[in-house]
Amino acid sequence: MGEPKNARAAEALSGDTRGDLHTEHQLLNVGPSHPATHGTVKFMIELDGETIVDLEVQVGYLHRGFEKECESGSWYHVIPYTDRLNYNSAILANQGYCLAVEKLLDLETPERCQWLSVLAGELSRVGDHLTRCGAACLELAAMTPFRYGIEARELIWDLQEILCGARVTSNYLRIGGVKHGLPDEFPAACRELLPKVRALLVDFEKVVTRNRIFVDRLKGTGILSKQDCLRYAVTGPMLRAAGVPLDLRKQEPYLVYDEIDFDVPVGSVGDNYDRYLVCLEEVRQSLRIVEQCLEQLERLGPGPVDVKDPRVRWPAKGRVFSDTEERIQQFKLVTEGPRVPAGEAYLAIESANGELGFYLVSDGSAQPVKVRCRPPSFINLAPMPEMLRGAMLVDLIPTFDFINMVGGECDR
Amino acid sequence: MLTEYTGVLVILAISLVLIAVLLGIHLRVGPRREFPSKQDPFECGERPVTSPRRRIAVKFYVVAILFVVFDVEAIYFYPWGTVFRELGWFGYASILVFTLPLVVGLFYEWMKGGLDW
Amino acid sequence: MVVAVFVKTAFILFVVIGVLAPIITWVERKQSALMQNRIGANRASVAGMTFIGLLHPAADVIKLLVKEDVVPAGANRVLHLLAPVMAAVPAIIAFAVIPFGGSYHFGETTIELVVANLDWGLLYIFAIGSLAAYGPILAGWASNSGWSFLGSLRASAQMLSYEVTLGFSVVGVFMVFQTLRLTDMAIAQDTTFRAFAFVEGLFGLTLPASLGWISALRLPNWGIFLQPLAFVLFLTAIMAENKRPPFDTPEGESEIVAGYHTEYSGMRFGLFYMSEFIGVVVIAGLITTIFFGGWSVPYLSQEMIIAGVGHFFGVGFATGFCMLVHFVSFMLKLAAMIWLQMALRWTLPRFRYDQVMNLCWKILLPLSLANILVTGAVILALEGAA
Repeated sequence: MGEPKNARAAEALSGDTRGDLHTEHQLLNVGPSHPATHGTVKFMIELDGETIVDLEVQVGYLHRGFEKECESGSWYHVIPYTDRLNYNSAILANQGYCLAVEKLLDLETPERCQWLSVLAGELSRVGDHLTRCGAACLELAAMTPFRYGIEARELIWDLQEILCGARVTSNYLRIGGVKHGLPDEFPAACRELLPKVRALLVDFEKVVTRNRIFVDRLKGTGILSKQDCLRYAVTGPMLRAAGVPLDLRKQEPYLVYDEIDFDVPVGSVGDNYDRYLVCLEEVRQSLRIVEQCLEQLERLGPGPVDVKDPRVRWPAKGRVFSDTEERIQQFKLVTEGPRVPAGEAYLAIESANGELGFYLVSDGSAQPVKVRCRPPSFINLAPMPEMLRGAMLVDLIPTFDFINMVGGECDR
Repeated sequence: MLTEYTGVLVILAISLVLIAVLLGIHLRVGPRREFPSKQDPFECGERPVTSPRRRIAVKFYVVAILFVVFDVEAIYFYPWGTVFRELGWFGYASILVFTLPLVVGLFYEWMKGGLDW
Repeated sequence: MVVAVFVKTAFILFVVIGVLAPIITWVERKQSALMQNRIGANRASVAGMTFIGLLHPAADVIKLLVKEDVVPAGANRVLHLLAPVMAAVPAIIAFAVIPFGGSYHFGETTIELVVANLDWGLLYIFAIGSLAAYGPILAGWASNSGWSFLGSLRASAQMLSYEVTLGFSVVGVFMVFQTLRLTDMAIAQDTTFRAFAFVEGLFGLTLPASLGWISALRLPNWGIFLQPLAFVLFLTAIMAENKRPPFDTPEGESEIVAGYHTEYSGMRFGLFYMSEFIGVVVIAGLITTIFFGGWSVPYLSQEMIIAGVGHFFGVGFATGFCMLVHFVSFMLKLAAMIWLQMALRWTLPRFRYDQVMNLCWKILLPLSLANILVTGAVILALEGAA
């Protein structure tokens, strides 16, 4: 990156530029409302011409008090909030929270729920990765592949709409189950749309993956070595791109991931290009998982999608109006919410950005005492100065894109 | 001889009139609701930290120097290019000699790292 | 004389600014929509009719005209106003030397379809191109904003660098055509040449008769066939001069907000925008003239058309017909070149700034120098053989 090959020349040149000519560095605010900082974050950068001398990340512009807010409602009330953490993969956040509560409750959901949860989660993972790669192309001014990626994401969101009823903040998972079973039209729609998504992915790759300009802009930029990744506790595609095959779906399988056949792609260098390749491969793997889920769900057929445990069981809507017991159950759950045994639990899932963990504390009442979220974006953003010192100003763009910081999740 | 240039003058005049009309309409028709924070230079929603008008990195200056050298040399290629058939191999050899320092200079700059950013 | 020139200029400017530039903004929208599986521009409407989006250019102009004119505090007001003018004027007056057709004799009167038939036409283009660099530089400096300033630094370095390459890349072309006058260049391309004659001329080989039509193949005497490398170099360099994607680092919107025109609004911005679109037409016109035979029709020279049609309808009509054919031919090639630029613009990502500079100084410049030397040697060798 602009380093003269000859060390002596570099010394002579820097001596010239800094010693005698007294050129000054420029301080610039990149953000909070800069086209590249989608999700309102601020970088204070010090520039020497086009080179970043230093960079300081300032987060918190989207702080909404998520964790505090969670303490003021019932355990159910938190689920829609988790939708708002990462708009791209709302279901994964649902999943993390619900699994953590289920851990506190010591519940095991029926197999059908688990497959549905995995299915919905993987769909949103595909959406998230497609947005990340597409948006990266957009910011590198390759508008056409961006449109291909976004079109594929739209198809995925179509599927989510059929499955969950909403495209973005779908609020699909429940403590002890899912909102409803597989809709009848879903399998057919899935079989129709997934090949289209794959075809778009091929188009997408044709335009950029071996495009010389694209490769040149990504290769060797934003490098974070394996050691540094571990030092900063970076997780997700960023860590895997650096060559560490850590994927919680494999290492600590939750739900039914131990029954699913999928690969964990790893990179070698840990630069933006590796991150890009890892993300694209994860999209393909997630599509594979979706297909396996569909197969399993069709094998299982329709049936109940939540637990029978009286603490969290939702009575069927039809019976609420005819059966007193059911009405009482519904009334208790709606007005008070489930009581969760006292204790604490931490559960992490592999979200699209990395380890998304929820640490919950309960005093046995119907309100959480503490809902702490470990947001992968926030932690992955920390090494950014390390990745960019000495790089060109524009390397900030792809690096930030592949960190995929989402304001809602980072600032909470 | 000079009549050739009438066209240039005419097109210059027309373009200036056109631009004046466009800008004139804009300045008359456009609203004016000025207040201080609107007139701040764009700094992504923050107060500017440093003024942009300061001593800038020397690399841009290096480009300017290179440009002067090469552009002046390029000018010599033009008359040579149009008549080089008459000059024959002698002309070719002379331009070769002329180009050589240019190329050597370019490679010197290259190796020195002056072309790296 | 002046009246004739005035009419001609007005006509050409009308075609370019009044018709082509708006249509190009429309084409840009529609072509990108096609490439990206979108519907594209179809919102602007009059009485519910959208005219396949053709109203958008008009809507653009109206919007730019009625927007508020904001000048940032601390800006140099004079230069801030002057900068867009300095950007737009060179773009427009570059048309002066681009021939839209040849010269046609109707008895005593001669009609030349070019505003100013300068004998240093190509040099004029480069001179005007250098002036165009002032617009972005002044804009960035006058705005008193960090982003604008970065943009203008980039613009100045990039435009200066590519000007050098631009200058060197076409030397090969006028070594072949032996003129800087663009009309003469187009006339020189109105013939054909035997594609493989150089094999005999250079190496003294005789093509085997079994090759048949291949050895007899005649190509139009176009710059792209005679100087293919120069075409690539020239296209790259001049697109970089015009700062359109993928070379739009001076205004890379995801990096430095909008570069040198960050602080511009309304028609002041509109002039920058316009100058870029007119630049697209100028580039298309230049490439057409230098590398694609200008207004000429391949395999049909002007004499052939006039003689052929004149045989039936008289020379006067034939000449007029020829003029029309040439104008249409030029416009078609122009459209193809504009399409090429648009397709590139919507496919390629933006270069990184150092990559732009490396491409110029480390790849294009040595290649263009090599092209000159090789071209010279080949031409002299062929002449020696002849």
